[in-house]
Amino acid sequence: MSTDATPLLEVRDLTVRFPTPDGVVQAVSNVSYTLRRGETLGIVGESGSGKSVSNLAIMGLLNRSRTAISGEVLFEGRELLALPPEQIREIRGKDIAMIFQDPFASLHPMYRVGQQLAEAVLAHGDVGKQKAWERAVELLDQVGIPNAANRARDYPHQFSGGMRQRAMIAMALVHNPDVLIADEPTTALDVTVQAQILELIDQVKREFDIGVILVTHDLGVVAETANSVLVMYAGRIMEYGPAAQVFAQPQHPYAWGLLDSMPTIERRLEALVPIEGSPPSLIAPPSGCPFHPRCPYAFAPCPRDQPPLTAPVPEAHLDACHLPWERKLDYGSKRSVARMGDAA
Amino acid sequence: MALYIARRLLWTIVVVFCVIGISFAIFYLLPAGDPALRFAGKSPSPQLLAHVRHELGLDKPWYEQFGKFTWHFFRGDQFGWPGLGYTYAGGSSVKSLVFSRAPRTLLLILGAAILWLVVGVAIGVLSAIKRRSAVDRVAMGFALFGISTPVFWLGLMALYIFWAKLGWTAGTGYVSPVDSFTGFFSHMILPWCVLALLYAAFYARMTRNSLLETLGEDYIRTARAKGLPERTVILKHGLRASLTPIVTMFGMDVALLVGGAIITETVFNIQGLGYLAINSALQQDLPVVLGVVLITAVAVALANLIVDILYAFIDPRVRYA
Repeated sequence: MSTDATPLLEVRDLTVRFPTPDGVVQAVSNVSYTLRRGETLGIVGESGSGKSVSNLAIMGLLNRSRTAISGEVLFEGRELLALPPEQIREIRGKDIAMIFQDPFASLHPMYRVGQQLAEAVLAHGDVGKQKAWERAVELLDQVGIPNAANRARDYPHQFSGGMRQRAMIAMALVHNPDVLIADEPTTALDVTVQAQILELIDQVKREFDIGVILVTHDLGVVAETANSVLVMYAGRIMEYGPAAQVFAQPQHPYAWGLLDSMPTIERRLEALVPIEGSPPSLIAPPSGCPFHPRCPYAFAPCPRDQPPLTAPVPEAHLDACHLPWERKLDYGSKRSVARMGDAA
Repeated sequence: MALYIARRLLWTIVVVFCVIGISFAIFYLLPAGDPALRFAGKSPSPQLLAHVRHELGLDKPWYEQFGKFTWHFFRGDQFGWPGLGYTYAGGSSVKSLVFSRAPRTLLLILGAAILWLVVGVAIGVLSAIKRRSAVDRVAMGFALFGISTPVFWLGLMALYIFWAKLGWTAGTGYVSPVDSFTGFFSHMILPWCVLALLYAAFYARMTRNSLLETLGEDYIRTARAKGLPERTVILKHGLRASLTPIVTMFGMDVALLVGGAIITETVFNIQGLGYLAINSALQQDLPVVLGVVLITAVAVALANLIVDILYAFIDPRVRYA
């Protein structure tokens, strides 16, 4: 496994706005991150936090006439946002591939699974229909579809949910992409199947030595597979750092809230604490820190100033919160104490 | 697939039987006087009445009448197959009347259907791709015009402009393509266009809405994510999934026109099945009305069968339903 010095994907100040009759939706604001080969970046957040939109923007899948996108997306040093549609289409599905949340709706119901894969093969290089079909079968076999040569002739409705997501992953792998964006790949699946799909994605990452962006609202999923974690709220980054560090020592109250509302084996169900309130409007987001109306730790500067995304002390990872460092440390230590108490 | 087709076929036969039963009930059993009188044309002689009564089996119980009626329809009568009886007012077999008119109507429908399908779907697709643009607005304006313009007015205007004023086409009437193909074409081009306009407008709207809905589906996003050219995304993935409602409508529309292109046939004096039906109804020539009703109903049933089978080809999920 190699970790190149030049990042595979570098996103700088990505901002996405949707003008609507009711006002401008500030879907994504100043999102920056880097993705390296062999790395899985987990993007976590509630629905409407801008996770999916930021990825669609990278893929050039947002309708350009109805969206305002700014910032930079550097793929191996190449700026993607400035590319004309025809050129970004050539990268799409070839260098950067994507799988989606709902495998039931993501495959065309009227074409055979093998046909849809073969089409993806032919989208970037004319190898002939026969070769494309063989490649489709080979990939289905590779992602663990039993009896792939026959199942390739099936229609999506003859596949189970897990098999469809496997087929989607196979489709993403057609051209050995460098980046795989998985947008909530397990949300629509059974729990037992979820683990298999995550394992498959992880295996693919190791085998092909690619970078994976794993979008999810499930912290458990991130804890299992991600190398680094990016927590989003209201289209902004709240916290960003190596996964081990973020889980051991979360610095942002929103991340605390996410962790407290997640059931674990150690924690009893009554100990789950929901985050009060609901996600803010993206047309008129709260002033200052967007999380302050729901934050139990909010104080004077929070409604006033938008906290910058910085490391509060050199050894810490990035967060966007006004709380003093000592207060940020509290949560992590309390958590380890609580864990020890539960274990006893 | 074979099972599916067999089931649809069986169902079609049931429907045809029901249609025959209902038609029989309306024309033979409704208590509106002596059926023989209704079938014998205007002021029949007592001998003719007696003859009609015997021919239709009206002197027998109703189930024997129905048996004879159904038997004739499926197996033919002395005038051939399908047995549609004899019109005493017109003095010929209903079958020969229907069969002499049917080609005109069928050719009228065929030409118009091709026109409206091609034009309607093309405009619909264009309109959906260029949503909210000038193209879309012009296209939908055209659709509104097509839908709200009465066919008789449009027909007369077309005749006035292209025949009377410009002399580009032939006027009213019908020329068999066997006699003169150019004459046939010259006579049919206006009725084709006029009849097609209304439907093209409907189909443009339907295609636009259906395609717009489809283009919002997740699998369209998948197709784009694969890196397919936009043309393939829309014409292959989008249009394929939008075809289902269009095929349904197309089957029904074509079938209903078999007996229902009355206004177009009248304005252009084509004298097809619709024209035959309306004239016979006005002259109370019931055997002919009954014949046209039966043929039209069977056409609708058959069109439904074809649509159902087409469905299975378009959408694999249907095959297992």
